[in-house]
Amino acid sequence: MKFILIALSAILVNNIVLTRFLGICPFLGVSKKTKNALGMSGALIFVLLLSSLVSYAFYFLVLVPLGLEFLKLVAFILIIASLVQFVEIALKRFMPSLYKALGIYLPLITTNCVVLTVALDVVAVTGGVADYSFLEMIIYSLSNGIGFALVFIVFSFTQEKLANNKAIPTPFKGNAVALLAAGLMALAFVGFQGMI
Amino acid sequence: MKEKTSLKSIFLDGIIKNNPVFVLFLGMCPVLATTSSFSSALGMGIAVVVVLTMTNIIISLIRKIVPNDIRIPIYIVVIATVVTIVEMFMKAFMADLAATLGVYLSIIVVNCVILGRAEAFASQNNVGRSVIDGLGTGIGFLLALVLIALFREIIGTGAIEFVGLFSGKVLFRLPLFEKYAINIFVGNAGAFIMLGLLIALINMFTSVHEKRLLKLEAKKEEATVKEAK
Repeated sequence: MKFILIALSAILVNNIVLTRFLGICPFLGVSKKTKNALGMSGALIFVLLLSSLVSYAFYFLVLVPLGLEFLKLVAFILIIASLVQFVEIALKRFMPSLYKALGIYLPLITTNCVVLTVALDVVAVTGGVADYSFLEMIIYSLSNGIGFALVFIVFSFTQEKLANNKAIPTPFKGNAVALLAAGLMALAFVGFQGMI
Repeated sequence: MKEKTSLKSIFLDGIIKNNPVFVLFLGMCPVLATTSSFSSALGMGIAVVVVLTMTNIIISLIRKIVPNDIRIPIYIVVIATVVTIVEMFMKAFMADLAATLGVYLSIIVVNCVILGRAEAFASQNNVGRSVIDGLGTGIGFLLALVLIALFREIIGTGAIEFVGLFSGKVLFRLPLFEKYAINIFVGNAGAFIMLGLLIALINMFTSVHEKRLLKLEAKKEEATVKEAK
């Protein structure tokens, strides 16, 4: 039950893009075409899961025993950056077709706030006890990735319709109308608020 | 040789011509997340100004000893260190503000504005110019945050509240039209909608301004043509 609750909360109720405003840059920039949105989402879910796993292990196995918790920001950003680099090299070597599909989106993920925030979320400690057990951490990271992908892909359909639409007044063209559309989508997601 | 831009224009470029929020659309996450009230936007803006100026100083100082191939990871480590210091300072002296800003304080690390200025400016310019650039871009970011927050707070709550940055207490409160407040603008959807409207408004002003400039130029050309005749 707790797993379902964590998943639903991360995907719908506290959606990482629409209620926590993370990953807005790719949300506005990359989602102009559905094909790109799919590639970015795939890359993000993959890296998100890996980085949470490594950050979680590194925090509780290395930083906490050494009493260096305050270094987590520096450590995590390095973990994410090197992980992205490593995934890129590994994919290029072993799965060239997948590498081609994800290719340009992988480096972008290094500076994606979703990845860093989820890594910081899963190591949160209240009263000496970790908020997320190992299994819960995996569910939480995966559902945040899915939540991002869901909103990202749905929004890319809207963006495709908005591009080259002659009915939009000139000052609203581009990001302005995209933000308004995102606002309406966020309004729809408010409906999930009472669910849990 | 390329002509050196003056300090004043470096400073003003960051605020107006290359405003990180309204013109370049960089670092949008905190723009949406921390502008639900004037005070939190101000706090976030100040944190960004401090981080940006400090990272610009450090990166400008080490720019000649950093190997070109690994410069980005080095910049990221410098930024993460500075953000950690600022975060610790705020947690110690501005506990309420740090609690309101929460994780958005930590993720200044991945704010593209900071890495962008490090890469585009501080890595190629001396310390003095980098400080001015950091201040200019940072203040441009701060002003954009505060502007959005003012609109959202006034329309969303019908009042303005100023909370002391250090004390965390309400210093003054100006009620305007609380009965007619549109709550949605304080919420999530309102953040997107308000930013969209403001960007459209700014697009409109800049296009009108550009048209006027074009007209002026055309008139000047006409005058010179007449003179030549």
